[in-house]
Amino acid sequence: MTALLDLSGVTKAYPGVVANDHVSLTIQPGEVHALLGENGAGKSTLVKMIYGLVKPDAGQMSLNGAGYAPADPRAARAAGIGMVFQHFSLFDALTVAENIALGMENAPPMRQLAAQIKAVSETYGLPLAPHRLVGDLSAGERQRVEIIRCLLQEPKLLIMDEPTSVLTPQEVDILFKTLRKLSAEGTAILYISHKLEEIRSLCDAATILRLGKVVGHCIPRDTSAADMAEMMVGSALKPPQKAAGPVGDVLLELRGLSLPPASAFGMPLRDISVSVRAGEVLGIGGVAGNGQDELLSALSGEAQVPAATVFLKGADVGRLGPNARRAAGLLTAPEERLGHAAAPDMSLTENAMLTGAARQGLERNGLLNWGAARSFANQIIADFDVRTPGPGNAARSLSGGNLQKFVIGREILQRPEVLVVNQPTWGVDASAAAAIRQALLDLAEHGAAVIVISQDLDELMEISDNFAALNEGRLSAVRPAAGLTVAEIGQMMGGAHGMEVAHV
Amino acid sequence: MALATPVLAVLATMVFGGLLFAVLGKDPLQSILTIFWQPLFGEFAFYYRPQLLVKGAPLVLIAMGLALGFRAGIWNIGAEGQYIIGAICGAAAALAFYPLEAWWIFPLMVICGGLGGFLWAMIPGLLKVKFGTNEILVSLMLVYVAEQLLSSMSLGLLKNPEGYGFPGSRNLQQYASAHNAEIIAGSGMHWGVLAALIAVIFAYVLLTRHRLGFAIRVTGEAPRAAKFGGVNPARLVLFCLGASGMLAGLAGMFEVAGPAGQITIDFNVGYGFTAIIVAFLGRLHPIGILLAGALMALTYIGGDIAQSQLGLPAAAIQVFQGMLLFFLLALDVLTNYRLRFGAAEVA
Repeated sequence: MTALLDLSGVTKAYPGVVANDHVSLTIQPGEVHALLGENGAGKSTLVKMIYGLVKPDAGQMSLNGAGYAPADPRAARAAGIGMVFQHFSLFDALTVAENIALGMENAPPMRQLAAQIKAVSETYGLPLAPHRLVGDLSAGERQRVEIIRCLLQEPKLLIMDEPTSVLTPQEVDILFKTLRKLSAEGTAILYISHKLEEIRSLCDAATILRLGKVVGHCIPRDTSAADMAEMMVGSALKPPQKAAGPVGDVLLELRGLSLPPASAFGMPLRDISVSVRAGEVLGIGGVAGNGQDELLSALSGEAQVPAATVFLKGADVGRLGPNARRAAGLLTAPEERLGHAAAPDMSLTENAMLTGAARQGLERNGLLNWGAARSFANQIIADFDVRTPGPGNAARSLSGGNLQKFVIGREILQRPEVLVVNQPTWGVDASAAAAIRQALLDLAEHGAAVIVISQDLDELMEISDNFAALNEGRLSAVRPAAGLTVAEIGQMMGGAHGMEVAHV
Repeated sequence: MALATPVLAVLATMVFGGLLFAVLGKDPLQSILTIFWQPLFGEFAFYYRPQLLVKGAPLVLIAMGLALGFRAGIWNIGAEGQYIIGAICGAAAALAFYPLEAWWIFPLMVICGGLGGFLWAMIPGLLKVKFGTNEILVSLMLVYVAEQLLSSMSLGLLKNPEGYGFPGSRNLQQYASAHNAEIIAGSGMHWGVLAALIAVIFAYVLLTRHRLGFAIRVTGEAPRAAKFGGVNPARLVLFCLGASGMLAGLAGMFEVAGPAGQITIDFNVGYGFTAIIVAFLGRLHPIGILLAGALMALTYIGGDIAQSQLGLPAAAIQVFQGMLLFFLLALDVLTNYRLRFGAAEVA
């Protein structure tokens, strides 16, 4: 049998880094093939070459035995390769059918297309109404739009980049059923993830990349998650050490916090009440877009919240701006590192000044002390092992993981009494993620209250004392994290978001 | 690179400006020499050199204020209007007390001129903060309102009662208490020049060492990060527009009380617009603006000489000045992006 896709010795170098070094990979028709690796291992570059976004420097690709060198994604699609990106490219203000038509070479008339969408979505158990506005859809439903857009082109190979990061456990189950059905019909799937249990349950074969090189192949069903992790990272990982410290007074309390959405497709916060005690780590889960960003900006002070809704150590801080809250001891770290937590083109010294001015004494009577800011930046770099030539470098020049360590370190070193972080380890490699989690746990151990908002349930289970989930801007009841089952968590996250009617 | 592009832009302007003059039938080399050499080292340089300060001061003063806003992504395009209003308010304050001679009249004019420009700039500022209007459009359109007001003033309220019916106010140069005279005779150094230098130093300190300057820079680089860092965007809009309006108003006031002397229908000569070029040519940096203001003043004076000696049309000189901004922006684009011909790749 000829392989569907065969890569041999594919190499791609960027200035200063070899992203792919003689990578070989074979995918059979109908196979679900996992591509495993840490961030920066070269997974994205590899699939971008298959999808025609990047041209390899060396090596051969062949599709069904014939040479394959797509000039652009259009050529890749014509050859039967579809890709669902981790970040969706959809227009909020257009309907499902209009969005799908925009991505097609020769879109049929709208009515016919709507019928096709309906047919495909029913065949594969992905319910989707063609006339709904994308802005009103959940993340899981948006992903279905992207998948159906690919399926309408009847691909022979479907590439999926971290598809489950935006799904509830129940939605993941439904997605997997769809993928298995596709595979049974002969469509191969190249599945990118670093969630090992998912790969063990779904994939037939796996190729593991580390630092741009293939370091191993395995049959995921027959390999333990620990072994795969070791192949990915190159060494065994130390799980974070959690000390069950004594839990103290309530430091942060939200009383019936509601906030209208900031934009037409934003999520309102609805009547959120919760309290966090000294020494406690509260994990807040939920699918992206259910109010995480809004909750963070209500806590950071970027959004104006009504009086008597946010209390810090019993004092109402709801009307205070970001710097007044920092001075009072409430610190935050938003999800988006570049452009929100840090100014991309400014130096690390300037970014240290950005939030550190008040608590670190970097400012007196409005005059800035750049020498002190530089030593603060140096301290962050040293304490949090930020890999950079020095504090004069621009934030943009750091890798995602290093910048995240800088951003989290910047807040932790200011000795917060309450720290709120959103997606602290998103896009961060495993060892940096472990370091960040450990730092958060250490902070709690020293008597701070920590709120971790994350979409990574494993992470939340690992570090949280208590767990709650955001769904449609509402916060579920808080429950002790120990002993929660995946099904219970899924229910707290809102179940399958209208998937109960799925024909599967 | 950021420092090299202005120099390259000046060179490119000389080359293409020379071509333009050649097409107009003038000797390109001589034209360029006339514009750039004569004012500094020519036969009548003793007359032109002070003129450099007179022309350069309002440009630097206005550009410095504009640069503060431009750094933060707040686009005040209406400095010309604020300049006119500053001049009207300054002149009106003086004329209200004519012919009283007192030491406090000139300081009062300074305050009124600055305040006039400030308030005129507050119109786009408040509209933006309250209703989210576009400050580019509002400030620009207010220039035309200010021009109408200027005509009305020179024909009406501020008209010289002893002016034999000619439009225009009394000449403030002949009103000792109101005259923005040269501090050192024959040097061109009037109070506006001093104010421009102070503004440059002040802006430099603000941008490098003060919380507010840092807020301006972060807002320009990453507005969300600035908000996260505690910057109040509305207040920053008001500050930047207010500061640039005030400096433009001061420039207008110093001009009407000194070099121009009186409010007339054609009092404004486009300093407010040229200052935009100066601000960008100077990389929105205080020191750069000082140099760019001097260069721009040179082309003004050199252009005048070229007009009278070589008979170059005034429009050609304006095109020449416009080229400078064009080449600067074009070279900036080319430093950051590469031109690629042929089919575009679809990502």
